[in-house]
Amino acid sequence: MSTGDVVAGSGAAGYQHIVRLADVQKYFGAVQALKNINLAIGRNEIVGLIGDNGAGKSTLIKTLTGVLKPSAGRIFIREEEVDLDDYSVHMAHKLAIQTVFQDKSLGEKQPLWRNFFVGRQITNRLGFIDIKQEKAIAEEILKKAIGFRGAGITVESTVKQLSGGERQGIAIGRAMHFKADLIILDEPTVALAVKEVRKVLDFVRRIKTQGHACIYIEHNLAHVHEVADRLVVLDRGEIVAEVRPEDMTVPELTEYLIDLQQSH
Amino acid sequence: MAAPAAIRRLDALPIILVFGLLLLLFMATAPNVFLAPNIYTTFLSTLPPLILLAMGLTFVIGAGEIDLSFPSVLAFSGFVFAILFKEYQLGWLAFLIGLLSGVLVGWINGLLVARLGIPSFIATLGTQFFWAGMATVLSGGKSYALRGAEDSSVWGWLVGRFQFGGDDYAWFNQISIQALWTALIVATLWLILNRHRFGEHVLFIGDSNDVAQVVGIDVAKEKIRLFTLMGGLAALAAILLTLENKNYFGNQGQGYLLLAIAAVLIGGTSIFGGRATILGSLFGCFIVMVIETGLVASGLEGSWVRTVQGLVFLVAIIFYLFVDEPQRRAALWQKLAIGGSARPQP
Repeated sequence: MSTGDVVAGSGAAGYQHIVRLADVQKYFGAVQALKNINLAIGRNEIVGLIGDNGAGKSTLIKTLTGVLKPSAGRIFIREEEVDLDDYSVHMAHKLAIQTVFQDKSLGEKQPLWRNFFVGRQITNRLGFIDIKQEKAIAEEILKKAIGFRGAGITVESTVKQLSGGERQGIAIGRAMHFKADLIILDEPTVALAVKEVRKVLDFVRRIKTQGHACIYIEHNLAHVHEVADRLVVLDRGEIVAEVRPEDMTVPELTEYLIDLQQSH
Repeated sequence: MAAPAAIRRLDALPIILVFGLLLLLFMATAPNVFLAPNIYTTFLSTLPPLILLAMGLTFVIGAGEIDLSFPSVLAFSGFVFAILFKEYQLGWLAFLIGLLSGVLVGWINGLLVARLGIPSFIATLGTQFFWAGMATVLSGGKSYALRGAEDSSVWGWLVGRFQFGGDDYAWFNQISIQALWTALIVATLWLILNRHRFGEHVLFIGDSNDVAQVVGIDVAKEKIRLFTLMGGLAALAAILLTLENKNYFGNQGQGYLLLAIAAVLIGGTSIFGGRATILGSLFGCFIVMVIETGLVASGLEGSWVRTVQGLVFLVAIIFYLFVDEPQRRAALWQKLAIGGSARPQP
């Protein structure tokens, strides 16, 4: 892949679901991490994914984004079935699906500009990186999209030097830059200050107004309740419920999840 | 803050300064050796194998892996080259096959690590024994003297000397051509580490396999490439070494294990991966070599050399640990702070 990948699909007409999982299973050895997952995400909805630790949220996301290969089942992207043997993170990127993984999206010791482009570098035919261009674009993302006013952060700063909120900002800014149709956020507000949480939630809303979809994994029910159109509850690898935020208040939802845990 | 930025960009600066100081020190303690040109032209012919190994290791260690098998490549590929060159008179073909034999060893290392998931420390320890044993078995423990090698074009092009006329033994006629090849390779690898996609992937893999995977790097494929590169460079080192000595010894790889790894780590490549410096490794090689020569020339017994090298190696690692890994440093303090809060947090 040479210069900045052409983003597929943004304009492609005629699909109802950006992504659909059909009977997806995932085993790790003998342990079944995902059971019969059937889940469809509309083209501009925000779906909150909730559930206890170990419920399979991360496994589900990794399967969806090509990090893990499902043991069985089918994945459709824009109603077209994906060849699972061929599916990869790279392919997901090309299909305009971007993930912001909690704590796992950025290379700690690497400068920000490399972090923006790694995996889809702007290169010449021999694979040499156009550093000047990458830095210039990174600079722009840093200024515009994320609104970094943080003291002394430049494209040369390493991730190590950033706060938790700044890291999320970088990862989200990267996803935005690459014009994802589906942005997956894996607990983006963990370890963030209140002010930074607001920024992230505002961003999530913006995804929708721009006509894109979002899967939002969150522990903090208040956060996800606030922005999601629909909440999908995962328990021990299975989807056990779907809730509309208007049908259940945050305390009710909390109660429900606690009951679910105690039923184990 | 322009100055610190410029210094940060030249990340090998501390190590270059250390080298400069060592050189000055030895110029003072052994002026007749270090103030004459011959020692430096000698370095030009003896350093290239070490530098080539260190270059490959810079990538391997930068990726958070290790390769312990290269001493056996020095033996095995050296043997393959020597027998084809001497017994079968294959000339350049011997060079090519010798090179490929190292590439093969590296590729197998890569498969063991990336496809089978064996930790590289264990995998390459195993292959180290295997290929060293193979070299001994195939050569029957014999060494091969490559008498008359200097008449061949292989010798001339790989390890010949630039001729500037006059006395053959004058220092300016002792500048070896392998120094030029090595310099070109170093420059190319610098570009690859710092400017090429592969180099960036190596550093992200070294940073974290998880992150590398999530951002879309084919971690397994890049690791196989990594070890293959290392194998190829080790084979080239083996051939240069064999030609330069005009002799193949079964144990010619011995001693390089510590030296090459030490050179890379002294140079500032992170032992935890994620950060690597070609220039640092180059000067790391200079330091390792100048210590060896300098101590002996200053009148110390040869047996001291390894002791001092080991010491410098440890000091360098501790230094980098403290500069670059503050969280690990903090953990170390905590371990040392028996009874709790007495020690200030650095």
